[in-house]
Amino acid sequence: MTNTRFSRRSLIALGGAVLATGTTGLLLPARAAGLAPTPSMRGGSNNYRPGAPIVDRIGGGGFWMTGTVRRAGDGAPLPGQRIQIWAHTTEGHERDPQSHGATLTDANGQFRLEMPQIVPAFGQPHGHLAYDSGEFETVFLRPIMASSKDKTLAAHFVLQPL
Amino acid sequence: MTRALLIWTVLALVLAVPLIAAANSPLLAWRDPVYIIAGFAGVVGMGLLLLQPLLAGRYLPGLSPLTSRRLHRWIGIALVTAILIHVGGLWITSPPDVVDALLFVSPTPFSAWGVIAMWAAFAAACLGLYRQRLKLRFRVWRLCHTALVAVTITGSVVHAMLIEGTMEIMTKTTLCALVLLASARTLAKLRVWDVHRR
Repeated sequence: MTNTRFSRRSLIALGGAVLATGTTGLLLPARAAGLAPTPSMRGGSNNYRPGAPIVDRIGGGGFWMTGTVRRAGDGAPLPGQRIQIWAHTTEGHERDPQSHGATLTDANGQFRLEMPQIVPAFGQPHGHLAYDSGEFETVFLRPIMASSKDKTLAAHFVLQPL
Repeated sequence: MTRALLIWTVLALVLAVPLIAAANSPLLAWRDPVYIIAGFAGVVGMGLLLLQPLLAGRYLPGLSPLTSRRLHRWIGIALVTAILIHVGGLWITSPPDVVDALLFVSPTPFSAWGVIAMWAAFAAACLGLYRQRLKLRFRVWRLCHTALVAVTITGSVVHAMLIEGTMEIMTKTTLCALVLLASARTLAKLRVWDVHRR
């Protein structure tokens, strides 16, 4: 008969190993729900103007807002989703209508919209994005630029079907 | 006399240079007048925060204790006004951002520091306004006033340092450091923690 009894030493070693692995994130709990939906960010909906028109470019351009849209659960890319974008830029305040525009995701669930350079406003260089088309739960994002000199900013949506 | 002139000159420079630097900020080109005024009210407020401990500690040459005290009162009123213009101007520029800040649900960490500093400043000003009526012993009153002011100063400095705004970083850091230094020096000189009668 094989000896399966745990000694105190082996228990500590095993427990320690599990804990150490757990902190690295390699041990994942069973993910029945799959990819979790993106929650709205604080202040994300500030100065939102519903129904921004789909445009080729907001204003004169020079800056790129990029990102992806996927479905919660299986993570499938979602084509044709309307993403609304606004920010305080070199061409206007967040509230100004000309600072708002929308674009659609491509076949790979990716979007990119050219817009004027985002400049720091209310203490941080940041942008606003909204998914608010009704098919999935509404999400408002407020990503912050690592540097106000950046020429691009990315934001990613994982949407929860209604 | 030369020493007094030197102190006043340095003080004038310390207050003026951050304003001049902020006036040259590239961000101003993309802001409406109301937003610009709101920002400058904040810069002015930080300058007034430097004057207050200097007046309370009677450090400024040529001013009698009575003049120092009166000026401290007027600068206090000016500071409250500057805060109101700062917050009011930001409210007009972007109401939801200011509402978030006032309700402590803002995504920006510096907002809460600023709002706490604002309320502490208002409370400190109220203590000043109602000193006679409160009938507190002077040293107890002063300890309360100073405690609130300490919150205002700490909050304001953290608020300003975390913000990427019109203030130029070197002048902002210097002004904030001087505010902290002047406050600490005055606290130590007046021994505000000692509430027993001498």
